[in-house]
Amino acid sequence: MGTEFKESINKAVNDANLTGALGKFSEAYKVNRAKAYEGIDFEELRGRIADLKSYAASHLDQLSEQFEKNAVARGAKVFRTNDPARVREYILKVAQDNGVKSVVKSKSMATEEIHLNPYLEKAGIAVGETDLGEWIIQLAGQTPSHMVMPAIHMTKEEVSDLFSKEVNERLSSDIPRLVKVARNELRPKFLAADMGISGGNIAVAETGSIVLMTNEGNARLVTSLPKIHIALVGIEKLIAHYADIAPILKALPRSATAQLLTSYVSIITGPTPNDDGSMKDLHIILMDNRRSEMAADPKFKQALQCIRCASCLNVCPVFRLVGGHVFGKVYTGGIGTILTAWFDELKKSEDIQGLCIQCGACKDVCPGKIDIPDLIMEIRRRLVQEQGLPLIQKAIYSVVNNRHLFHGMLRAASIAGKPFTSGKFVRHLPLFLADLTDGRSLPAIAAVPFRDRFKEIKQPHCTEKIAFYAGCLIDFAYPEMGESLVRILNKAGIEVIFPQEQTCCGAPARYNGAYETAAGNAIDNIKALLEEKVSHVVSACPTCTVALDHEFISTLESLGQTEWIPKARVLAARTIDFSTLVKKLVDEGRLSLKEGQQLGSITYHDSCHLKRTLKVAEQPRELLTKAGYEVTEMFECDMCCGMGGSYSMKLPEISGPILQRKLKNIKETGAPVVAMDCPGCVMQIRGGMDQDGAAVKVRHTVEILAEQLKE
Amino acid sequence: MYEQFKARAEGVSAEVYRFETKTVALDFIVGFLQREGCADEPHAYALWADSPFLDGVDRQPLSAVAGLKFVITRELAADARFGISQMGWALADTGSLVQDSSAIEQRLVSSLSTIHIALVPTSGLLADMPTLLTRLHPKDSAYIAMITGASRTADIERVLTIGVHGPERLIIVFCDELN
Repeated sequence: MGTEFKESINKAVNDANLTGALGKFSEAYKVNRAKAYEGIDFEELRGRIADLKSYAASHLDQLSEQFEKNAVARGAKVFRTNDPARVREYILKVAQDNGVKSVVKSKSMATEEIHLNPYLEKAGIAVGETDLGEWIIQLAGQTPSHMVMPAIHMTKEEVSDLFSKEVNERLSSDIPRLVKVARNELRPKFLAADMGISGGNIAVAETGSIVLMTNEGNARLVTSLPKIHIALVGIEKLIAHYADIAPILKALPRSATAQLLTSYVSIITGPTPNDDGSMKDLHIILMDNRRSEMAADPKFKQALQCIRCASCLNVCPVFRLVGGHVFGKVYTGGIGTILTAWFDELKKSEDIQGLCIQCGACKDVCPGKIDIPDLIMEIRRRLVQEQGLPLIQKAIYSVVNNRHLFHGMLRAASIAGKPFTSGKFVRHLPLFLADLTDGRSLPAIAAVPFRDRFKEIKQPHCTEKIAFYAGCLIDFAYPEMGESLVRILNKAGIEVIFPQEQTCCGAPARYNGAYETAAGNAIDNIKALLEEKVSHVVSACPTCTVALDHEFISTLESLGQTEWIPKARVLAARTIDFSTLVKKLVDEGRLSLKEGQQLGSITYHDSCHLKRTLKVAEQPRELLTKAGYEVTEMFECDMCCGMGGSYSMKLPEISGPILQRKLKNIKETGAPVVAMDCPGCVMQIRGGMDQDGAAVKVRHTVEILAEQLKE
Repeated sequence: MYEQFKARAEGVSAEVYRFETKTVALDFIVGFLQREGCADEPHAYALWADSPFLDGVDRQPLSAVAGLKFVITRELAADARFGISQMGWALADTGSLVQDSSAIEQRLVSSLSTIHIALVPTSGLLADMPTLLTRLHPKDSAYIAMITGASRTADIERVLTIGVHGPERLIIVFCDELN
């Protein structure tokens, strides 16, 4: 990551206004969004949106043509181009041909994408943004920090300073008063403007209509008062049918601002008369700018299902810390990273793609059903493919891909780490050869890894056998978790086998775009885990479980290594996570927990991969309750802890504050114990609690349950 | 449906009334304008855009209101305090009003005024958006306008503030007698 980029992150995370405003907003958003969607089947709704937008993305040419034909038949002028430069020229020509001196604009990301304002201003045309947030940042000479709330990073005092300068009068920071000032200042601009420029939230091919949504009412004025109206619309806004606008009108305001509908919706189809009886001069520009190329890319086509609600920004644990400016000048957040890679260039996304911690929160709420984290991974993969890995990472992955060398180094680290060990934690440990972060202690590497300890465990002989996939963290840092797992399964009459040839699940490599390494890991593990006939392969690490269950297949598919895919599927079918397996054994009466215990309060942290990829959330809670705990839910129980594998080492300035927020939420429950199903989360949260000094025990569910087995 | 509409519209700070006859509705509007200080001077007068409501209505009571005009220009609309227009439909599930706004006068009075009084025939109440889309089609209207509550913003510190570029109050008057 570049120094300049790191500096912009540091500036953002230390900007109390920004993180305060975004933090407050994201907390309220979650609650309000849920309320707005009450009584609505969100999965069904987004399924419909994904279908109709996906259809449109497959028929961009046809729909553009149909739109043009229908809009022209109604009297609009339609201009279609792939080239942002030609869009700018077209708009300037219309302005010059009509002697336009001033333009009013309602919010349009597409005009920002092509940097229209400075271009028109250079030609001597006054351009006024009329969306309040856009006007504020225009006055401040800044760029939007959020796609829907462009000025969310500014305080009322800063706005009052800006407005005071604009009206030459010292204003107070009373918000309703400031809004009045904006109304009074902009009203004459609306009335005097010769041209209105808008974007378009939706373009309907069947009717040649554009749909505009605003809350302030500025789009109504922009499209009604000036005699010329130009609408700049990206072709991804096209949909086939008029009836298709209903699901989008239902989801967009709910997802964007938790409203049932924006205050104003305008559906404009051809010109209407002006107040002097002349007809409006209506121009609609359908802009491609690489959208067709995106549609032709089998992986990225789904990004065109975006309806620009920005909910991926609102739920992102990283965005709420850094805001939009870190992402660049136009599109921000998760989807912004993807759009920047395409509409600008792949290279531009090099730094910002690294901001994604892969927690999957955005994927859960996207009304276009876009797998944003997966597309960001694909950007990573392509960047690595194009530019290769940084030297240091190359060195790491060449080690990770050689199990003997890798495990040898981990064993060596357990000795090297010794002098620094304080209790169970060390200050500097070469985990993945990276430096330690502030605010968190890391565990010492175990003197004897699980793979060696396993040989000493005396197990009963049972007919049912299950293979245990430990993963690096349990194997080398938390072997006691593995021992607990064996004890539990033995109690249920199951013998555990530990294939010694198992190695890293490949997640660290994959999450850094090093798919070749990840594929090497996948093949080694498929061989090792399918060698013996077992009923299940169990893992107590959700990241590893996801690798075995999903990612081996997708990594191999991405690289076209099809010969291993059938075996990868067999392994996936056998793979099960720890809590789901134990819940099943308890339900089947094969395993019993001690009865009538009153163990007090416990809180549970949902690990990202377990909750959102494997969809497991109730099982561990039910098991803990059955054991005699009272589960006290923490605020934002399923928000990422900031670990994200090597993320916490690459971006400690972001990982740290995310962890602090998690620790605060845990402590506020008053529970003396926090349980979780992921050794990575244990590492992050236990380390954080250790430095925090709070008397909260941080434990993996496997350790807790192993103590509560009925004898 | 009316009760659902009322709850939803009031949820976005609209004021909702319902009257059986045009006569009673008219009395309400006259009383409202008088109470709110409607007068024949800039930023105090009212504009009433062409509405089916006015057909066959005894306009006598209206002459009691000073500053109520029926001629709409953009210059007049720019300084109007009150704008009165008739909407075609109301959507119960979002508390929205819908109008064929192809005529510019309809948009001028409802977008530039400070207080928008919207007349709605009770028979225009529909369940939701999909129902509306089967009733009102772009082939019959070049400018379909939907209005849900007052003009609003939260662009400064996420504080909800009413009345940015559009009206700061929306008064919705249902009339059962109106078709």
